[in-house]
Amino acid sequence: MAKRDRLSGNEAIAIALRQINPDVFPAFPITPSTEIPQYFASFVANGQVDTEFIPVESEHSSMSAAIGASAAGARSLTATSSCGLAYMWEELYIAASNRLPLALALVNRALSGPININCDHSDSMGARDAGWIQIYAENNQEAYDNMVQAYRISEHKDVRLPIMICQDGFITSHAVENMELLEDGEVRSFVGEYEPENYLLNPECPMAVGPYSITDYYMEAKRNQAEGMKHVEKVVLEVAKEFEEISGREYGLFEAYRMEDAEYAVVMIGSAAGTTKDAVDALRKQGQKAGLLKIRLYRPFPAEAVAEALKGVKALAVMDRAEGYTNHGGPLGADVLSALYRARAKALAVNYIYGLGGRDVRVEDMEGVFATLKQIAEDGDTGETYRYLGIRE
Amino acid sequence: MSYNFKETMSKTERLAPGHRMCAGCGGTIAVRNVLRGLHEGDKAVIGNATGCLEVSTFTYPYTAWEDSYIHNAFENAGATLSGVEGAYRVLKRKGKLDETFKFITFGGDGGTYDIGFQSLSGAMERNTDMVYVCYDNGAYMNTGIQRSSATPMYADTTTTPVGSESNGKPQNRKDLAAIIAAHDIPYAAQTTFIGNFKDLHVKSEKAIYTPGAAFLNIMAPCPRGWRYNTPDIMEICRLGVETCYWPLFEVVEGRWILNYEPKKKLPIEDFLRPQGRFKHLFKKGNEYLIEEFQKEADRRWEELKFRCSRG
Repeated sequence: MAKRDRLSGNEAIAIALRQINPDVFPAFPITPSTEIPQYFASFVANGQVDTEFIPVESEHSSMSAAIGASAAGARSLTATSSCGLAYMWEELYIAASNRLPLALALVNRALSGPININCDHSDSMGARDAGWIQIYAENNQEAYDNMVQAYRISEHKDVRLPIMICQDGFITSHAVENMELLEDGEVRSFVGEYEPENYLLNPECPMAVGPYSITDYYMEAKRNQAEGMKHVEKVVLEVAKEFEEISGREYGLFEAYRMEDAEYAVVMIGSAAGTTKDAVDALRKQGQKAGLLKIRLYRPFPAEAVAEALKGVKALAVMDRAEGYTNHGGPLGADVLSALYRARAKALAVNYIYGLGGRDVRVEDMEGVFATLKQIAEDGDTGETYRYLGIRE
Repeated sequence: MSYNFKETMSKTERLAPGHRMCAGCGGTIAVRNVLRGLHEGDKAVIGNATGCLEVSTFTYPYTAWEDSYIHNAFENAGATLSGVEGAYRVLKRKGKLDETFKFITFGGDGGTYDIGFQSLSGAMERNTDMVYVCYDNGAYMNTGIQRSSATPMYADTTTTPVGSESNGKPQNRKDLAAIIAAHDIPYAAQTTFIGNFKDLHVKSEKAIYTPGAAFLNIMAPCPRGWRYNTPDIMEICRLGVETCYWPLFEVVEGRWILNYEPKKKLPIEDFLRPQGRFKHLFKKGNEYLIEEFQKEADRRWEELKFRCSRG
């Protein structure tokens, strides 16, 4: 029986974690993710969970301890943002290469400098090649739902890779929204018990983790990780299907919003998709065929499905909330455009950088993007494809 | 604790032969003897910071470790074992595990004094039920003998080379055992390879079986970095202790205990002379460098005796 509540995104994640009752949670505070370990510490203090909460001295140590715990045979996780993620960078690769199923509740925030506590995706985008599964949320409900689904994907025997559950700093982490929670028992039985096959604390069989591996095996190890990644799309969809059965809420690799007959489309990640939906609705009322493709699973990137969803589009804008400093666009732009190239798509495409360091994105801004797309389609020419939205030049 | 040399040395090896550490390596001697402190039947998870020990004992697909083992990275052996120990607690609490496991991590002075210092300090301050063992060979040996904060003053290393304007490392070494003792952990000790290995064995067993955080600092000479005649390792260690360069002590629940006081303290030259890294100190005109070294060794020795005299 679902419960309605009003919660911030951080509270929603913390409640999902209480319901999951993980084994080990090492954490170090950083704005805007601090509330997650804070709420969780109160659950520990009040005996609501069995978790070993380890208040470590840095984010490097929080991920290091999460890796140790996961290798030892425990379900573990941590939470962080921005510089905290940057500080644990090498550990992200180590978690993935050890094929350790563990979760990271990431609250997206701009990387320094200048130091900035507000939302953009530069933190997780920089980690996109680390070998982690990345799933993004538009709103608090999605953040909660994604967290509940996280371990089922990460621990799946065909996957066994760490998973990053991302939401937008402040915009969803601190904003309070109406949402629906599952019952504790429903979440526990959905997530299930963690039964690792090989682990350090297995009294029957010792295990060694983290070898030195040179030219004779390193490449096979990396190929092996890629093999796990190949199964992620299928598992994400299977888990989403089961989740829908208990929640009534439908999830996929992405959300195609009014895309059926769309001629102009925006592709983006995160909370600004909500703003864009309003712009799409307004334009649809005027008879314009606008649509939105909101990416949920960003790593691995569901290239074929994305290209298929965009196949009828005349012009599209890929919106990146992070710079790539390639002089021609951001990371999502690179992924979407290469997906379209492989699908031999003919759509005209531009790539916007927007919302850096929390810069607000309004419905009018997105309507402006659609107006530009319409013009591009009419002219048959994209003009400059690498653009900034809402910048003072 | 009673100590039987023959019995102790006959215990089943927990670091199997066939690893790729150098012949005569002090690090390996430290590891094998620390692991003899484990009681038969008790299981362990061994942690390891990146360094010679890791790359030479767990080269895929081979491992020399009989117990469960985890290497994570260079600077995080303390935090990694914190996570393993946290997992142990929760699995015990949930009734998923009956066996007793002990947690021991090894790091060189690079992974301990320097890059791993924060992670170590955190694990000690949280009183994690583990032993952190530093095998201190006084430089970054794995990358080719660069100075560390454990390198003694005037040592010739590849980043403090002796030259026309340089007498080797200009700074004194960090007193890590005292710093870790200042974390007020239940047990911290300094030792090396002496006589029948009783000191090392007794301290290892105490460290392993003391509930809470424990730290062992073991002087573990590196024949390549120190440039002494490899078979002389025991003599080098003895001279380290007899010159009071490397005193043997324990800090138990905040109480400082001196384990050995030489009847006749030897001059520091005796420790420095057999080592190629100090060769330049014995050139004519450099006598004042040895005097300075002696002065600092004396100052530290007096400071230690003062701490121990207060009990």
